[in-house]
Amino acid sequence: MSTKEELTIRTPVVNEAVLMSLKVGDVLYITGTIVTARDAVHKRVVREGKPPPVDLRGLAIFHAGPVMIREAEGWRCISIGPTTSRRMEYYEYEFIEKTGVKIVIGKGGMGARTAEACKKFKAIYTIFPGGCGVLGASRVKRVTGVEWLDLGIPEAMWILEVENFGPLIVAIDAHGNNLADAVLDSARAKKDAVTREIVEKLRIL
Amino acid sequence: MHWGGIVSKLVVDVESKLVKLLSSFINLVVVKLPDDVYAKLCELRSREDSAWGKFIYDAMFRNIELALQRRAPLCQDTGVLEFFISLGEDFPHKSALLKALREAVIASTQQGFLRPNVVDPVSDRNTGNNVGPRVPWVEVEVVPGASHADVRLYVAGGGSSRPGRATTLDPAEGWEGLVRLVVDTVIEYGAAACPPLFVGIGIGATVNMAAKLSKVALLRPLGSRNPEPKVARLEEVLEEELNKLGIGPQGLGGLTTVGAVHIEYAGRHPATFAVAISTACWALRKGHLRIYPDMTCEPLSHRGEKLEY
Repeated sequence: MSTKEELTIRTPVVNEAVLMSLKVGDVLYITGTIVTARDAVHKRVVREGKPPPVDLRGLAIFHAGPVMIREAEGWRCISIGPTTSRRMEYYEYEFIEKTGVKIVIGKGGMGARTAEACKKFKAIYTIFPGGCGVLGASRVKRVTGVEWLDLGIPEAMWILEVENFGPLIVAIDAHGNNLADAVLDSARAKKDAVTREIVEKLRIL
Repeated sequence: MHWGGIVSKLVVDVESKLVKLLSSFINLVVVKLPDDVYAKLCELRSREDSAWGKFIYDAMFRNIELALQRRAPLCQDTGVLEFFISLGEDFPHKSALLKALREAVIASTQQGFLRPNVVDPVSDRNTGNNVGPRVPWVEVEVVPGASHADVRLYVAGGGSSRPGRATTLDPAEGWEGLVRLVVDTVIEYGAAACPPLFVGIGIGATVNMAAKLSKVALLRPLGSRNPEPKVARLEEVLEEELNKLGIGPQGLGGLTTVGAVHIEYAGRHPATFAVAISTACWALRKGHLRIYPDMTCEPLSHRGEKLEY
């Protein structure tokens, strides 16, 4: 929340106590290294068993496929924001277990298996506001490298040096609490009432 | 006299001018929200009272400003482009316009305004330039008696396209079945599609009619209602009721889950009630460009913007 004190976490995370102290709904920013990893990277690491070309221990991964342009000095990030995290739900438990990643960034929330992984391996899942690609790019200081570019620009692993990257809202904390799932459960509970209401109003027409 | 060379040079000039114009138009649409969407977001922001929601609107509006300052695509996911083109019967550059579309998409990709998104489903490889089998997707209609061309562009990321559904209901389910489908779609897939959402609903005899109309519905100017009063009322009721679900901006809870619901319909078959739903994220990127026979143009969706060509 804008009224809350802003917390900056450095990656790689060395002090797990900071992560443990965070609760769902807290806002944080990251300074350090984040690496993009979405569908194809998760599949390669988890299903095909390939070791990631970047040591992810203590780092943050970002479910994102950026717009990048190649310049004389290297790559420049034009726009970067989150993709739908639930597609990675199939893999995230094993991904966190295998790589030792501590912060997962995405959008839309993740499910019970990821929450279980966060609890077991002391990690968190955070949401960056979707669609805010330029805001994201404005916090990227440098593109320090790219791996698995054979997967195409959106799917490659982009290694980014970031400063105050955020806002990131904690949606699953290291105790396994799940904010997005709570909102979803509440919406599901209202489903029948809302449907009935619309149908009733429809009858009057 | 050899006119051939001169004629073909003129054609090439018109076509290259159109490539430039359409590419500028694409760049505008991915950088700047259309006037109606911006106005609607301002209204939604003022209605939202959840702390999370307000916080997210702040980020969205900062992003809108930054995109303009940097002339960068406001969302990194610039989708697989869809063009809806109405060609005036007497518009003199019909084939040049249609030919220019692919080149314009490639040019905008090279300039860094479009992320290369098109994946060939057979080879599973990204084509790298946003063109591929049958894409950019182009729908063309001819308008009798008109001499201008209307180019409408719809850009949507994968996340906001993912809730898209089309199915054929039995007429006995009809409108009630449609309501169930819409509510279920928004609950199960809405949060990840970057709410507040814009919901387009199409109805027809078959799924392809319904699916196309769901996109036509999304392209309709915000603030407009279906001219049939009963359908207009259903649009209003769906907006009110879907907002009671409390999904809120980015699925973190709040009062603003949908910004608008638009419905378009065609005649159905006695045996079918086909329905389709298309959703757009808060950053509903659409554009409407009118091109006149003398090659002057007006971006009707983005008043006051000048396009280079």
